[in-house]
Amino acid sequence: MKALNYSPEHLTSNRRLFWIAAVLGVIMMTPVAWIIGLSLKDNAELLRGTEAVFSMPYTLVNYANILKSSSVFSWFMNSMIVAIGQTVGVLLLSSLAGYAFARLEFPFRKTLFIIVLFGLAVPEQAVIIARHQMFNWFDLHNTHIGLILPNLSSAFGVFLMTQFFRAIPKEIDEAAMLDNASTFRIFWKVLLPLTLPAQATLGIFTFLQAWNDYWWPLISATKSDMYTLTIGIASSQTNFAQSEGLGFLGAQAVFASLPVVIVYIFFQRHIVTAVSGGAVK
Amino acid sequence: MAESYRRSRWTNGLFVVPYLSVFVTLLVFPLAWGIWLSLNKVDLFGGERFIGLKNYARVLSDPVFGQAVKNTVIFVGVSVPTLVVLGLFLALALNKTTKGSSFLRGLFFASSILSVTIVTLIWRIVFIPSDGLIALIFEFFGWQPIGFLSTKGWALFSVGVATVWWCIGLPMMLFLAALQQIPKDLYEAAALDNASRWRVLTRITLPSIKSTIMLVAVIQVVMQFQLFGQAQLMTNGGPAGSSRPIVMYIYEVGFLRWDIGMGAAASQVLFLIILCAAMLQYWISTRKEEVDA
Repeated sequence: MKALNYSPEHLTSNRRLFWIAAVLGVIMMTPVAWIIGLSLKDNAELLRGTEAVFSMPYTLVNYANILKSSSVFSWFMNSMIVAIGQTVGVLLLSSLAGYAFARLEFPFRKTLFIIVLFGLAVPEQAVIIARHQMFNWFDLHNTHIGLILPNLSSAFGVFLMTQFFRAIPKEIDEAAMLDNASTFRIFWKVLLPLTLPAQATLGIFTFLQAWNDYWWPLISATKSDMYTLTIGIASSQTNFAQSEGLGFLGAQAVFASLPVVIVYIFFQRHIVTAVSGGAVK
Repeated sequence: MAESYRRSRWTNGLFVVPYLSVFVTLLVFPLAWGIWLSLNKVDLFGGERFIGLKNYARVLSDPVFGQAVKNTVIFVGVSVPTLVVLGLFLALALNKTTKGSSFLRGLFFASSILSVTIVTLIWRIVFIPSDGLIALIFEFFGWQPIGFLSTKGWALFSVGVATVWWCIGLPMMLFLAALQQIPKDLYEAAALDNASRWRVLTRITLPSIKSTIMLVAVIQVVMQFQLFGQAQLMTNGGPAGSSRPIVMYIYEVGFLRWDIGMGAAASQVLFLIILCAAMLQYWISTRKEEVDA
């Protein structure tokens, strides 16, 4: 007789499913391996046929060419400035608002919070044309500030930080209160340090979103020296025929994804918390 | 003293002022201003003239818009069920604590962190008709190569392949989180009854995560209705508009033709469609639960 197996894992999944998933994983990674392979080949050799990927010699010349081309480097810097600016801004605004919504009482607190939550439902398309016009009035297009500002209005960060502040035990700020500390002091000295893991989660998530943003930079940054990496690479993608070759394109793809891949490898857990923590209670 | 800390004071509200001012200037105002623009004939160099619902009439009678809506609905109708079923399958297959499972989870989520530019660059190179990865595979099997991105009927499909590849991580992660929360004693009872795996899946697992299935579907419907970058970069909406989604129509009208009033009207129509789709799904899910109970 077979022994009973109580583990839920045993009853919900089995080895066969795992191996099917493993095969799917290999299929999923094949295009990535293909691009990395192309990026390591000489462009002239690829012109004669892309089967060349499967044989020696390999070269780093495409990567060297990227570092030589000044535009890719300046797009990279623009992306860094915009992504870091947005991350700092979102963390600051969301922490302040999240603290007040979760721990303090003030008039219209609940109403305001519900209005902010409604903001989660507004898709970018519904506001983008008006936003574009507004930024025209203030001459903000083709500036870093103009690229940073719009996403600071995202309600997601406030929502997430409010949840994190709520999770801190009440006794902690009550104890600080006995020392007659001001609300700002309690926020800054007592509670904020406790939210560091949450700050990391929201910060990494915001950074990735900003780095990958496409719609807004596409219409706001129209001068090539203000492109972010996403827009810059898209601009060299529109005409395959005139590009410097598949190897160079592949190297661009690898180079542009390096920062996010590195962030992902080191902070995978934070990223997963951010995307699933907001949706599943 | 702790009591006074909890007391309602208007000064406490100062903490939300920085965010709320950004929220109002960059979200609430543009939303209202966008609705106003959609009711006006807008001159590019400033100056609006109120024309009521005429922009909406123009959008709704534009055959290009009609086709964009059709394309988008087909795209959503095929990609969302694929993402839900595939995401659920991966979550069930990888819901283990072994190293292999955790590695594969990381791998399936990895594509979601790439930007749309990179995802489309990868897939455009893979789909190149003569020299791409797919072409080589076709050649290997002796099949006729297909110009996936330039053939009507295949273009939207190819955009869908790239999209599923890009977006599969989030549904999988949400399902995994839900699977973790199913009470273990349910499975213990099933084990005592010697229930088959299939019975456990259909009688315990799926009913327990019903609300998450609904949630994932709604999130994906809302996200996939906003399809833009993949189509714009892979096919530019072609051939003959067969892969142009609604958002690309808005982009073309509002930012390439600079018909701001009409673009604003189209974007409000999209907003309405997304709201309706989300509400419809929510309504269906809550109604079903009532019938069950």
